[in-house]
Amino acid sequence: MKKISLPLTKDIIKTLKQGEQVLLSGPVLTARDAAHKRFFDAIKSGKKIPVSLKGETIYYVGPTPAKEGEVIGSCGPTTSSRMDAFTPLLLKQGLIGMIGKGERSKEVNRAIKKYGAVYFITIGGAGAYLSEKVKSAKVVAYKDLGPEAIYRLEIKDFPAITEVL
Amino acid sequence: MTKIIDSGLIKDAVKDLFIKVNTCLRPDILSWLKLARKNETLKKSRYALDVIIKNAFIAKKKMLAICQDTGMAVVYLKVGQSVLVRGDLKKAVSKGVALAYKQGYFRNSIVNDPLIRKNTNSNLPPIIYTDIVPGNKINIKVVAKGFGCENVSKTRMFKPGDPASSIEEFIVNTAKEAGSRPCPPIYIGIGMGGTLDKAVSLSKEAIFRPLNKHNRDKHIAELEKSILKKVNKLKIGPIGAGGNSTAFGVSILTYPTHIAGLPVAINISCHATRTAEITV
Repeated sequence: MKKISLPLTKDIIKTLKQGEQVLLSGPVLTARDAAHKRFFDAIKSGKKIPVSLKGETIYYVGPTPAKEGEVIGSCGPTTSSRMDAFTPLLLKQGLIGMIGKGERSKEVNRAIKKYGAVYFITIGGAGAYLSEKVKSAKVVAYKDLGPEAIYRLEIKDFPAITEVL
Repeated sequence: MTKIIDSGLIKDAVKDLFIKVNTCLRPDILSWLKLARKNETLKKSRYALDVIIKNAFIAKKKMLAICQDTGMAVVYLKVGQSVLVRGDLKKAVSKGVALAYKQGYFRNSIVNDPLIRKNTNSNLPPIIYTDIVPGNKINIKVVAKGFGCENVSKTRMFKPGDPASSIEEFIVNTAKEAGSRPCPPIYIGIGMGGTLDKAVSLSKEAIFRPLNKHNRDKHIAELEKSILKKVNKLKIGPIGAGGNSTAFGVSILTYPTHIAGLPVAINISCHATRTAEITV
């Protein structure tokens, strides 16, 4: 399987093929429904968001708490389409990669192409398996959101399929 | 004969059930997945099934949640009319849920209000359905329902004259529109008849049924088989990667209904369908 190092660049994305299975290694940010809404509202009202999205890959996940001695709990993907309404604006902010599950809207697919970004899917419902692919996890913003806080994750050989690019 | 059941017993039973369902995949589903893996011809779908099967083993071994969406807790109590509960029954259920989610390191996924949306940080409250039945026992059924699949569930009020084929079409189309969002392979629970709420309630209860069982009414069992066949022809496959393993079951529960109506509810459940029961 093709190994991809994060952070992604447009040049790396150019080497990818639709439907290709890859293993991703490197830093990603997590964000799901509540964090997306906060990003969106902040950007729309001209405020700064607490993390830069430039060149970032967002993994749509809300993990279970880590047990003692573990890096993270169960951490499979959540349904990406719920983020669709917010995604084009985040792509405009420099977001370049997304990992989730399920189909995206036509608008999002168009925006992904327009900005030269990529959307990967991973295995929905395999949270325990995927937890072993996460090497570090640290909350970096919106701590009050609990499982929906923004984490910086370091992933290693994280399985994904190139869905839209 | 009247029997006294201490609410502490209910609390412990609820706790144990939620820990079990969230960490141990239902054996009938696991067996089905293994068989599907054997028969699947597409490489990517085989890979996805491999990961899903490995995931079940890791979760069980590490007592880790099968899926990070450890769901909203739904509890069905069938209380024998000769039972006298010592203590507060519903509080005991809530305590059992809170303990399971804390001790199991499960995700707190419940918000206090549909619009304000502040996390309750306890996975409370659960949804509790109670029913009074003959006897001196309490049957407790639990489901930890994830929302990836709950969100693609649907209801429609059909007309009495609508042919069964239009109901089939509605169900197959619902599975088609859901695509890979509900984490296929899926279990399709259907409630038919009653009122709007009764049909919806039945559709969720339907996913408790073991995969080797069908509805006892022959015409309904036939409908289940026919729908399953059609859904698997959609070729959505595991994680949407294509192939023959889109759904592992269709379970229909029915109830008498009104001369003017035919409510149909569809409750989609993911490959991590988390249900269990116990009688105390």
